[in-house]
Amino acid sequence: MTSAAAGVTAKAGATDRSAVALTDVTKVYGRGPNAVLALDRVSLSVRPGEFVCLVGASGCGKSTLLNLVAGLDRISAGRVDIADGVNPALMFQEPALFPWLTVGRNVELPLKLRKVPRDQRRSRVTELLNTVHLGDFAKRRPHELSGGMRQRVALARTLALDTPVLLMDEPFGALDAMTRDLLHDELERIWSERKLTVIFVTHNVREAARLADRIVLLSSRPGRVIYQTPVDVPRPRRIDAPDVAAIAAEVTDRLRAEVGRHGQ
Amino acid sequence: MASDLIARTKKDSDTLSGLDALEIAAQEKAETRGRRLWAATWPKVAALAIALGLWQLVVWSGWKPPYALPGPAPVFAELWRNLGEAPLWNALGTTMRRAVIGFGASVVVGLVLGLAVARIRLLRAAIGSMITALQTMPSIAWFPLAILLFQLSEQAIFFVVVLGAAPSIANGVIAGVDYVPPLLLRAGRNIGARGVSLYRHVIAPASLPFVIAGLKQGWAFSWRSLMAGELLVVIATKSSLGTQLNYSRELSDAEWLISTMIVILVIGLLVDVAFGAADRAIRRRWGVLDHANN
Repeated sequence: MTSAAAGVTAKAGATDRSAVALTDVTKVYGRGPNAVLALDRVSLSVRPGEFVCLVGASGCGKSTLLNLVAGLDRISAGRVDIADGVNPALMFQEPALFPWLTVGRNVELPLKLRKVPRDQRRSRVTELLNTVHLGDFAKRRPHELSGGMRQRVALARTLALDTPVLLMDEPFGALDAMTRDLLHDELERIWSERKLTVIFVTHNVREAARLADRIVLLSSRPGRVIYQTPVDVPRPRRIDAPDVAAIAAEVTDRLRAEVGRHGQ
Repeated sequence: MASDLIARTKKDSDTLSGLDALEIAAQEKAETRGRRLWAATWPKVAALAIALGLWQLVVWSGWKPPYALPGPAPVFAELWRNLGEAPLWNALGTTMRRAVIGFGASVVVGLVLGLAVARIRLLRAAIGSMITALQTMPSIAWFPLAILLFQLSEQAIFFVVVLGAAPSIANGVIAGVDYVPPLLLRAGRNIGARGVSLYRHVIAPASLPFVIAGLKQGWAFSWRSLMAGELLVVIATKSSLGTQLNYSRELSDAEWLISTMIVILVIGLLVDVAFGAADRAIRRRWGVLDHANN
């Protein structure tokens, strides 16, 4: 179908492994009678270069799952396998930029922490800011930018980690529809240029259908994988295209059924 | 697909820049420096003029004889004369040297103590509330003990100045570390800042506003302690602003007394202005400056 899939096949042929593999991952918060089962034996294998969207209602443990993959939280049982030497980068709903640094310095910090030499850092920062079309804003402070621009700076900062695996926790949730549409295009372009593996969490089914190679639906309390579907729509896509809408409708129906189950 | 994406990219980037321009334009707001300075200065000048006027009125009313309460004119004439002579500058030199050394030591003690308490849970449980208790102790109450311990010496003054200022600075550091937004900590860890580098690149800058507030308060405490110390711990061979206050009272030289008080007030004010400027500079950089309150 799409050339994105062809690219993935070539890469998968080289390594023949998943970029991220979760096997029976379970996460329990607290202990004893107050223990809450957040994730229940979730298994998920993400191919290198694949764009997976995790969709679910509140309380399905989407963010928990990303934290586990990012290594910010410990799993209770099961295992998470990531290719050797890969530190997944995490992007949040809030830009979480450092207000005391300029835009350029924010993007530079991950490079500095990795001890990239100064002269290389400068050209990398310029390149990364150009990637998100903010080349003219290096000297600005985060508070001088709009929400969408800040989120693009956050994306550039995340890309500065130079990691092939990108975890995104509802990164566009707080943006207006027009900005979000544009950032979808941006993200799709960057993903395909850099051959990234993306795990993208959202509660917006349309957004998932617009972006994903595969949509994974999680149940709520506890989080389990209850449905998966590939999105066989050629790229570039529009969020309002009929075939995107059809897939979104299908996933929405399943999501509603799952949410309804909790009301009974 | 790749070529499609690139073709579309051009159009998108135009739309993006358009959107960016629209959103940024509304924020541009320029005010000239001179205008801002004037707006900030004239209320202060007016208040000062009113205060001097009231002072003069009290003097004219004949409430106290002029040798006890002279008017502004002879006091400022005395101040002007003193500014041209060595004794004031010698006294000022002694006092400022003590202030700088005492405050400097307080900063070191306060930063180390604050960081240790903020970081080590056991230490916080043990002495966290004691630091605040220490802060409420009027520093002048320490002097009798200080004089017993160190006699009438520089050390006695130094001891009380540090005890007065260090707790405020430590409290500023503790509050700063406590109030670092958790999201920034997560973001810092995610981009590879751990341990010392997390402190250096995230926690230290994020807590800076609290630390500055602590320093400002610490300065006020150390300046007060120092003045109290110079009045109580009189070292005969050394002239300071405090000893000048004592001598001028003993000589019933009210003009000299008040002119020395004005010097003390102005120094306190200047340092306060410096801290205020540092604080505003940070808030402007961070974008948390309330424009209406500027």
